[in-house]
Amino acid sequence: MSDPAIPGVSVTAVADEQPKPGPHRMVLNMGPQHPSTHGVLRLLLELDGENVMKCQPDIGYLHTGIEKEFEQKNYQQDVTLTDRVDYLAPLSNNLGWCLATEKLLGLEIPPQAQWMRVMLTELTRLNSHLVWLGTHAIDIGAMSVFLYCFREREDILRIFEMFSGQRMMTSYFRIGGLALEPPRGWQQRVKKFIDVFPSRVDEYEDLLTNNRIWTGRTKGIGHISIEDMLDLGVTGPMLRAAGLKVDVRKDTPYTSYEKFDFEVPTRTENDVFARYQVRVEEMRQSARIVKQALEGMPPGAWKADAPHVVLPDREKMKTQMEALIYHFKIVTEGFRVPAGEVYQVIESPRGELGYYVVSDGTARPYRVHMRTPSFGNLQCTPTLVMGSLIADVIASIGSMDFVLGDTDR
Amino acid sequence: MLSENLRQNAVATAVDAFDADAITAGKLDRGELTLEIAGGKIVSICGFLKYDQKFIRLSSVTAVDWYPAEPRFEVVYHLHSIELKQRVRLKCRLSGIDPAIESITSVWRGANWYEREVFDLFGINFVGHPDLRRIMMPDDWDGHPLRKDYPVTGTRI
Repeated sequence: MSDPAIPGVSVTAVADEQPKPGPHRMVLNMGPQHPSTHGVLRLLLELDGENVMKCQPDIGYLHTGIEKEFEQKNYQQDVTLTDRVDYLAPLSNNLGWCLATEKLLGLEIPPQAQWMRVMLTELTRLNSHLVWLGTHAIDIGAMSVFLYCFREREDILRIFEMFSGQRMMTSYFRIGGLALEPPRGWQQRVKKFIDVFPSRVDEYEDLLTNNRIWTGRTKGIGHISIEDMLDLGVTGPMLRAAGLKVDVRKDTPYTSYEKFDFEVPTRTENDVFARYQVRVEEMRQSARIVKQALEGMPPGAWKADAPHVVLPDREKMKTQMEALIYHFKIVTEGFRVPAGEVYQVIESPRGELGYYVVSDGTARPYRVHMRTPSFGNLQCTPTLVMGSLIADVIASIGSMDFVLGDTDR
Repeated sequence: MLSENLRQNAVATAVDAFDADAITAGKLDRGELTLEIAGGKIVSICGFLKYDQKFIRLSSVTAVDWYPAEPRFEVVYHLHSIELKQRVRLKCRLSGIDPAIESITSVWRGANWYEREVFDLFGINFVGHPDLRRIMMPDDWDGHPLRKDYPVTGTRI
């Protein structure tokens, strides 16, 4: 580790150059309770003055064994676990799980349910990006943006509450469709929100984009090469901020994303500011998708016609014997899923979210693995912060937008 | 020897042409390609797929425990080609006694954490891994929680 001063070279001669690692280094333990690590991330930083010479992330503080838990519950019950993985984007996780199981079942869900899923997943993306923008801005020192972001986030959470009865752990997508019929008057509610939202994004940009402190803290900070990112498993907005147009929604569309008109924003600067720009632009694009979903929502059923998987209507249960039997069977033992394995990938707000599900033909999954974007992204931390100033570490790790629940599972 | 429907698949035939002994089994199920690779060949096949077949991304590494069957473990790799918009799944079967496989960190540095996770939760050893430590569980933990013979609830004191 130690690199002793080179004999014969005077200290004054190298003072203006890049700092050479001296013999006296300090190890700083950042986290697991540090406010800007957004959860329980621990970074062991080896410092030379204010320069980071080495960084070692330590994760696992939030490990809850959720993959083991998946194996103990039946498929429909597991939906509630997916919310808790990435608690800032619960509906994206619901969607990944439902799509994976539906792929195993070979179940096709009706258009209205698909569009509703797209709309709510995009609202989730807005929700997640708003939390990211607010907290990232606080980390860097712009307090007021947080309050603006959380104002809109509150509107989104109220919409989720209207749909599912829950603000955060919605579990609104179920295998075979949605959990409940969309509530009366949801169109007006979503319309009211989405009509004003683009102007609100302008407000955030007014506060930040040309703000000299903001640009000073973010431009040129946190550079990492595309090769390193691909090598280390980084996905999502970070890759797009480096100019790589990768988005699962466009590349391999799911849940009828191919029917929506939206752009995949990219930047080439590949720094913290570019990641900010990409996410802000993504918010605008998500708002576009929500608007399209709202205006073109196809009529029809909100759950699939698959009596062995989807719970019957309350009314049918009271009048039809068959429906009652199905209800009893699904509630008591769940439904059997044909043996096989799938890897369903979706674009979560943080990047590529993959559900690897192995079924052995019973009513419970044999093995579930979540390829979570935060886990992959966090792995680049040592490369990302190497050589930077310690104050820029905060900006760099903030720009990754990780969620520790998503990392540790 | 490739099965009939795998012979139609470009990736499977390319791997087979590269190393005829590498693929021990495979299937094309629900539109997803799975290739079972002989244990000792995983590094060379990953290298081939990355550098010659444009599968430049490693999406994930995980494992499945088929206890009490033998070979007990399956190590599962998901590769992704951004250019071809394709994914491929590689699998290696490992015995339940001292399960070990070569690490692919020489091909993708990003395999580091994934292999640590599999080591931690399944107890599979990755030979040649630069930093094989537990990642999720505490360092002094006994056992590997995702194994099927590991209890879900705590033991009575």
